Amino acid sequence: MYGGGYIYDKSSPAEQHQDDPAKLAEFEAKIDRGEKIEPHDWMPRDYRKQLIRMIEQHAHSEIIGALPEGTWITRAPGFRRKLALMAKVQDEVGHGQLLYNAAETLGKPREEMINDLLSGKSKYSNVFNYPAKTWGDTAVIAWLIDAAAIVNQVTNSKGSYGPYCRALERICQEESFHLKYGHDTVVYLATGTPTQRAMVQEALTRWWPPIMHFFGPPDKVSVHTEKLMRWKVKLASNDDMRQQFLNMYVPKIWELGLTLPDPNLRKNDETGQWEYTEPDWDEFFRVINGEGPCNAERLAVRNAAEENGRWVRRALMKPVGQYTQPLC
Amino acid sequence: MPIISLDPRVTRLEIPEEQGLEPIQPNEYFETYEVFHQAKSGDKHIHVGSVHAPSAEMAFLFAKEQYGRRSKSYNIWIVRSSDITSIMSEDADIFATAPEKTYREAGGYKVREKINAFRKQHGSTQQSS
Ligand SMILES: [Fe+2]
Ligand SMILES: [Fe+2]
Repeated sequence: MYGGGYIYDKSSPAEQHQDDPAKLAEFEAKIDRGEKIEPHDWMPRDYRKQLIRMIEQHAHSEIIGALPEGTWITRAPGFRRKLALMAKVQDEVGHGQLLYNAAETLGKPREEMINDLLSGKSKYSNVFNYPAKTWGDTAVIAWLIDAAAIVNQVTNSKGSYGPYCRALERICQEESFHLKYGHDTVVYLATGTPTQRAMVQEALTRWWPPIMHFFGPPDKVSVHTEKLMRWKVKLASNDDMRQQFLNMYVPKIWELGLTLPDPNLRKNDETGQWEYTEPDWDEFFRVINGEGPCNAERLAVRNAAEENGRWVRRALMKPVGQYTQPLC
Repeated sequence: MPIISLDPRVTRLEIPEEQGLEPIQPNEYFETYEVFHQAKSGDKHIHVGSVHAPSAEMAFLFAKEQYGRRSKSYNIWIVRSSDITSIMSEDADIFATAPEKTYREAGGYKVREKINAFRKQHGSTQQSS
């Protein structure tokens, strides 16, 4: 899982850093040729800064994203679903680890990133500030939030930064299981008893606004990202990714006889584009700034996990320095 | 006020909303180790990523979970990242002359033209293949 709608730094003109023009030209030429940038390559200061921010937000989203689903492991209906959900949640935490590693290659230590998450300084995907009220919600999350995450991650895997691309390649392979598992869980409920159908329909209605928020604000209001596009940090606009998601998944939702809470949602056959009511973007910004239904709980739970695990880490700290026999 | 969650387990923990947690200290998350994964016997070990761990043994356990929980695995190597020697990309020109060293390659030795020319000149009677 992960969240789109990254929050990039709005670098003010005053702090605009002047990079060496010759090195910058060489760097951009390399990206234009489709080559990857590796940790030890020269890179503009802003490229490094925005990538750290983006990959770190992505990592935090995996970790926090495991919480709403994780709360359902003990209550999953049946042993097989419990096993599958545990495997999925473990994958998400693993994605967090892979992404923290990728961000670390850019020079921000793991400890600093976790501190910034715990203090609320760093952001994570907004969708995880909403609660998973019923088993139906976990089904909708596993199917559609993961589907949206896949659209985003597949796009980003074509970016210019080597370590991030490699992490995403592995992540995307695992996500295909999440998507299938999520679809299966939704289909089971949608083709089940009236009570089961009602449960998944209610969950879908609840989650539709956060899903529409997922890729971030519409292009016409989102911050200027031309340079990030040129540097292949951002590869598709928020609206383009939202269109791609709607095109792939709305028909799959409708074929189950489920409805979406937007009377204007339809594909315009002439333009090939989906039309919809803009979700409430004020709510999006309110939630991102801490006023969502679960912001406090997510951070408190993550802080408690850190605190409760601390003695284990301290006990494991030990001096290093041992003779190592060559491997082969 | 403690957190009231939809998840009864979270509510039971009585987690205070503000915990005033002391920040994590530098290096508290241990060292990094690079992980090389071998899928089956006869395969090469391939670098797959890294893990943070307090020792090589713990790094192995984390690597087993992180990189060996799904696909087939035969072995995993763990190497402390700081033990790996590498170069900065600006020094990558140390490899620049490699493609010029054709005397190291089989393709650098082309004799057929000379043989053909020789045979033409001397009217060799042997059939060429
Ligand atoms: Fe994920
Ligand atoms: Fe996922």
